[in-house]
Amino acid sequence: MSVPLPYYLALSAILFTIGVIGVLARRNVIVIFMSIELMLNSVNLTLVAFSAFLGDVAGQALVFFVMAVAAAEAAVGLAIVIAVYRNKQTVHVDDINILKW
Amino acid sequence: MVSHRNPVICAISLIGNFFCLAALYLLLRAQLLAVLEIAVYAGAIMVLVVFVIMLLNIGEETRTSERFSFRTIVGGVLGFGLLLELLYLFVFTHYTAPPLAMHRDAPLVGTVESMGQALYTQYLFPLQITGVLLLAAVVGAVILAKRRLS
Repeated sequence: MSVPLPYYLALSAILFTIGVIGVLARRNVIVIFMSIELMLNSVNLTLVAFSAFLGDVAGQALVFFVMAVAAAEAAVGLAIVIAVYRNKQTVHVDDINILKW
Repeated sequence: MVSHRNPVICAISLIGNFFCLAALYLLLRAQLLAVLEIAVYAGAIMVLVVFVIMLLNIGEETRTSERFSFRTIVGGVLGFGLLLELLYLFVFTHYTAPPLAMHRDAPLVGTVESMGQALYTQYLFPLQITGVLLLAAVVGAVILAKRRLS
């Protein structure tokens, strides 16, 4: 007896929404980063759930690639955060406007 | 995780979240991904995030003057709308679609053997592109963090 599929999908939707709210409402760049990771993880949960319920390995292979891309994104993004912090001494998105003119 | 103003506590609760997700992956018989979730996310990525938080010495986020800023309201409304939309979709399909049990081959899908078989035959090219992507990301990260932006 296993947990039915819609429960996983609903949990994934809730996690994704928490991630969206985090991205929209927070001002700390690193917390926004972590919210994006949370959204990636919720989509991973959906993929794994469908993969298990359909008996197909493709979903789990895709999760593998998503994890690799998330790692690359975290490395580059945190490097950008460090570079910006060196110049502006801040991690608040309201104060970071070097791409605006 | 998103409600606390101290980023270190946010990071630690996110690590707890990753462990819960790994448990869910185990329930879904995805052994390899459960291990990778802990090793890659809770291990590698979150160590990087916590390290950067400590390195930059970020304090708590300053409280805005008004209790509910424009940003919080917009974020809350958009997020809540998205949640309602998604939940409506799932509840709707839950009552119309026939109940779907877990596939009988599910325990065989998530093993290291079947994942390796798929990744090194069917998905060989994406796997190698992923390797190149990681290399490019590491080089880019080192260059970005090393050089001063003018």
